[in-house]
Amino acid sequence: MSFTYILQTLLDGLLMGGIYGLVAIGLTLIFGVMKVINFAHGALMMLGMYATYWAFALLHIDPYVSIVITIPILFLVGVCFQKFLINPIIDAPEHNQLLLTLGVSLFLENIVVFLWSPDYRVVKTPYEFVYFYIGDVSISLLRLLAFCLAMLVAAVVYLVLTKTDLGKAIRASSEEPSGALLVGINVRRIYWTTFGIGAACAGVSGTAVAPFFPVYPTVGGIFVITAFMVVVLGGMGSVIGAFIGGLIVGMADSVGGLFFPGAMKNLLSFVIFILILLFRPTGLFGGSK
Amino acid sequence: MESNRFLSVLNVSKSFRGLAAISNVSLELNPGEILGLIGPNGAGKTTLFNLITGFLRADSGEIEFLGKNLVGLEPHQICKMGITRTFQIVKPFSHLSTLENVAVGCYNRTADLKEAEEKAWEIVQFVGLNKKALDPASSLTTPDRKRLELARALATVPRLLLLDEVMSGLNPTEEHEIIDLVRKIREAMGLSDRIVVIHHGVCIADGDPRTVGEDNSVIEAYLGKGAYLAKD
Amino acid sequence: MREHQPQESCLGRGLSWQKWLIIGLIVAALHFLPWTFPPQYVHIMIMIFLFTIMGQGWNILGGYAGQFSFGHSLFFGLGAYTSTLMFVHWGLSPWIGMVFSCFIGIMMGLFVGYLSFRFGLSGPFFALIMLAFAEVFHMISISWKAVGAALGLLIPLKGTSIALMQFVDKKPFYFITLWMMIGALYLVWRMEKTRMGLYFLAVREDNDAAEALGVNTLKYKMVAMTLSAGLTSIGGTIYAQYLLYIDPDITFGVMNSIEILIRPIIGGPGTVLGPLLGSLVLTPLAEFTRLAFQSYGGVYLMIYGAILVGVIMFLPDGIMGLAKRVFYKMRKEVG
Repeated sequence: MSFTYILQTLLDGLLMGGIYGLVAIGLTLIFGVMKVINFAHGALMMLGMYATYWAFALLHIDPYVSIVITIPILFLVGVCFQKFLINPIIDAPEHNQLLLTLGVSLFLENIVVFLWSPDYRVVKTPYEFVYFYIGDVSISLLRLLAFCLAMLVAAVVYLVLTKTDLGKAIRASSEEPSGALLVGINVRRIYWTTFGIGAACAGVSGTAVAPFFPVYPTVGGIFVITAFMVVVLGGMGSVIGAFIGGLIVGMADSVGGLFFPGAMKNLLSFVIFILILLFRPTGLFGGSK
Repeated sequence: MESNRFLSVLNVSKSFRGLAAISNVSLELNPGEILGLIGPNGAGKTTLFNLITGFLRADSGEIEFLGKNLVGLEPHQICKMGITRTFQIVKPFSHLSTLENVAVGCYNRTADLKEAEEKAWEIVQFVGLNKKALDPASSLTTPDRKRLELARALATVPRLLLLDEVMSGLNPTEEHEIIDLVRKIREAMGLSDRIVVIHHGVCIADGDPRTVGEDNSVIEAYLGKGAYLAKD
Repeated sequence: MREHQPQESCLGRGLSWQKWLIIGLIVAALHFLPWTFPPQYVHIMIMIFLFTIMGQGWNILGGYAGQFSFGHSLFFGLGAYTSTLMFVHWGLSPWIGMVFSCFIGIMMGLFVGYLSFRFGLSGPFFALIMLAFAEVFHMISISWKAVGAALGLLIPLKGTSIALMQFVDKKPFYFITLWMMIGALYLVWRMEKTRMGLYFLAVREDNDAAEALGVNTLKYKMVAMTLSAGLTSIGGTIYAQYLLYIDPDITFGVMNSIEILIRPIIGGPGTVLGPLLGSLVLTPLAEFTRLAFQSYGGVYLMIYGAILVGVIMFLPDGIMGLAKRVFYKMRKEVG
């Protein structure tokens, strides 16, 4: 196993990890503010992928430009999801919310099967096979672009959360909902806004991977389980934790691929996941319980 | 050390993330006594209850009940030994009926269904919830939930009953009803009164209600320094 | 003296002879069904019974004891693989294999259960850890050549043999699953009336309050886990023997966990009849739409999703919850 090979593996993992991070940011925002574990997050990401695919296939829009379509669509989907489905049962036991999002996920994935068939679809870009080389280490342009897009959106979300009034309100509602209500924050509005932002993050992640990942109805399942791991690793509700957690899980996955054959490559990250859940359910970067 | 003491708490401390919630609290409880543990909000009353009943583990100090050490035991073990507590924020089993709620407590002393049911009816009657015995606990009013909380605790046949803020959230009329109930329990058991005051996690007074009420540090704790209580 | 105490017992209510008669008649009628209905209906009935058994397994842990598992495919898969591997490699009868399946399922349940409950893991965290364990076994079964890897295992059909739990005809499976289901329903019905049953519910409703009233919550969660894992593993064995084929996705897959838990959720979690009612609604729906839409086989999942959303929003206690509410209202009105 050469040094270059290990470096290549780590780099591949890091680039993919950025995407995991972005998916997880959406998930962790929603969890942080509403304490809802959104099982439909993968389905939302899948919708983002399809939006990019159709924009590309029908309107010939470059996949990376299509975020101008995916963001508003997914934001709207997220808002409706929260307002009409989550909000009525926001005070129900946690597992009921989990089941509700599971139901939505089943529904969305399979209505897509029904409408557009279960077939794999591919977004083919002219710059598909462009690679850069640093020494012997190769970097795919597509993956680099996807990573940069993820970084950019993550940075925007972070700035919104820390620098704007909206962000402050979101963080306040996340930390102390009743307190936020007392100082005059419209918590209900924060809920649906947050869900919209979370869904938009999932959508952008979909757009980012669409040029190098097959588009099919259940594709989100792969990402959503990874995203759960990332969120738990980074500490439920922590945005920075989610992004760093994403990078770690991305690298753990590709390093795991060196030691374990084929389908076992995620084993390493699953073991990490289980250990974290058991010994530090607040995550690596979260405070103590 | 004498081993036949009822409950003795000796130099118990507990801190959360470096913040002391209880420091060096000691108290003794004799059999057949009602001990009122009072103190301002956040004084550490609930923490002390949690420590005695095993929901929290003391950082240092000893807690003994009838000569047996309680530190490190699980709450259910402590309940089996005869200490039952109620919760400040009542925790009814909402989907179960009032009777079933009480029966959970009864099963502490018996595994037999008939016996548990018999006893549960008795207690439900005693606290005056017999008309609502078969209704789900979620349909009970706040004072009734307090009664239920008491009933369940009584059902475990405790030798020591720790009531955590049984009156909070009640209006004066409702308060009187609960006081009457506690009085009823007390008469049934023949108990006498004593009060312990804790403030900022420290035990500041111990004695009969009248003496404690005139203690300066207690007055300060509740009303601030320089306050007086008009004595009649 | 006790004015409001009814005559009959309220904790351990038995059934009146009329109800026993009705149940007896239904069970008797079910014994004639395989001769009057075409085979594809018999198949649907078998699937209904089988998923009721596994749903009941989930229900003991998730519905009664309130520990919401999102990875019961773990036990299903272990059950299916254990007996199948023993049969394929050593020719061991699946009846004996079933005992081993049950044992291994329980051991795994106790292992995962102890790890999680010891650390006070509950709610969504427990759900996720069950999911993670099921996924780990999913990955192992996909990659491990000795257990057939992604291709799965075919069970050779050696003709009808009671000793090997192999039948060319569907009828014997119909009776095996029917009686196992009756057994599972009876077990849970009896359990409900015991101290253990009430303790399970107390743990579900409020862990701390139960603990304060002398309930060893860790122990009772472990007991619930044992019963639950055992029952689900047995279901896995029978499923494998009935379909004569298993692969990683249909055993350890996430979708299978969902199939197992969705029936008791829709029928009414924490009730004896919940898993059966849920299975009666969902199983025929799944089987018929699968036939009707063929290549778009996933359509039934769309309907599952819609039903799940509807039930969670409007009937949080499932079909049984609705029935109970109506009954409670009627009782109030009558007096």
